[in-house]
Amino acid sequence: MSEPVRISAPLTDAAVEKLKAGDKILITGVMYTARDAAHKRLIELLDAGKELPVDLKGQIIYYVGPTPERPGQVIGSAGPTTSGRMDAYTPRLIELGLKGMVGKGARGKEVLDAIKKHKAVYMAAVGGAAALIRRSIKKAEIIAYEDLGPEAIRRLEVVDFPAIVVNDVYGGDLFLQGVEKYRRVS
Amino acid sequence: MKQIAVKDITQKVRDLCISAACNLEPDVANAIKAAFRKEESELGREVLGQIIENFEIADTESLPMCQDTGISVFFVEVGREVSLDGSLVDAINEGVRQGYKEGYLRKSVCHPLKRLNTGDNTPAIIHTSIVEGGKLKIKIAPKGAGSENMSRLKMLKPAEGIEGIKGFVVETIKDAGGNPCPPIVVGVGIGGSFEMCAILAKKSLLRAIGTPNPDADLNKLEGELLDQINNLGIGPMGFGGRTTALAVHVEAHPCHIASLPVAVNIQCHAGRHKEVVI
Repeated sequence: MSEPVRISAPLTDAAVEKLKAGDKILITGVMYTARDAAHKRLIELLDAGKELPVDLKGQIIYYVGPTPERPGQVIGSAGPTTSGRMDAYTPRLIELGLKGMVGKGARGKEVLDAIKKHKAVYMAAVGGAAALIRRSIKKAEIIAYEDLGPEAIRRLEVVDFPAIVVNDVYGGDLFLQGVEKYRRVS
Repeated sequence: MKQIAVKDITQKVRDLCISAACNLEPDVANAIKAAFRKEESELGREVLGQIIENFEIADTESLPMCQDTGISVFFVEVGREVSLDGSLVDAINEGVRQGYKEGYLRKSVCHPLKRLNTGDNTPAIIHTSIVEGGKLKIKIAPKGAGSENMSRLKMLKPAEGIEGIKGFVVETIKDAGGNPCPPIVVGVGIGGSFEMCAILAKKSLLRAIGTPNPDADLNKLEGELLDQINNLGIGPMGFGGRTTALAVHVEAHPCHIASLPVAVNIQCHAGRHKEVVI
């Protein structure tokens, strides 16, 4: 079995260019969490010409709404949610410099175009592997929208966070390539 | 009459909510392990390996296996000799409230338009039926949105027949791709009415994986659908592979002469279901 590629976050253009659809990766560094409600608020701020609560240049957003942490825990169970629900918001964030997204499931055409145009990468974590993934999250701090509970924006510090590259800057798409390889026409 | 105290129902429901979130039932765990042994795709095996490691950690450390601890769906069978000292619905909702708070589970229920979280994962979705006897059976199936959102219902024309049903089921799974967290269990409800086929599809997901359908025709249909779905090549998490579905479960009910309702309810690999008899 091929060895995973270690990458550090935030990301640079050079780091993004090295990633190919199908690569297994381990991410170490900083990621921000956001899902539907937080994305909606970020876009509303942009529409109003206001500054975002976090500078997204080079950053990775992890689409997750964790379970509440028990006393003494850094974070509860924290697996990826379906990325497609963020498609309407994502291209604008990529234009602002967002470099990576971690979630599950396929992205729409506008997102894939923005990934190629602005050099970003879409990665998937294993959906439902929430108790395993939480082990790679060493620190979690709410930095915005605390009222949203599990949907608040958190700054995560991660070590060897496991993910797989789905869409790279070259137009590679693991979902298309994988299905093509294993499909049987009946 | 058998007297059952509603406070006992609340206690059982509280415990069921927590154990369903943390402890995967053996039928699902074994089906995933069998898929891991058979999967040809390297990434597929990587995914299945992580899923197995995950449910083992969740079980040992009493952690929710998935952060989406779901909307709480119940199927309750009330024996006709049972007498309750209060409201069944209130007792179940109180159990959900306590379980989601004390079990540190995610509260994932909100107003459909205002999107304001109810804060305690209530109200639960409760399907009740009256049966013979003096017992109360409570089945819980917490349902995550990733797989629920990929589910579909269609009113087919009777002329479309079994081929039409198969085509609709397979197309639904194909369009869902990696979104519903495959390997999935596919619940299919055929016949009845608009609302009943959806309930049949949901109910079929509660059957243990590996138990044959008692109806020989439906059992055959389940096998054919499973082969067609696994030939799609979607694989674990949609990365390509042989295991797209662990099982297909079909339930059927007579319907109107002019109708052929079909519902497809998709269950992710975290196929959480538990039951208790009081």
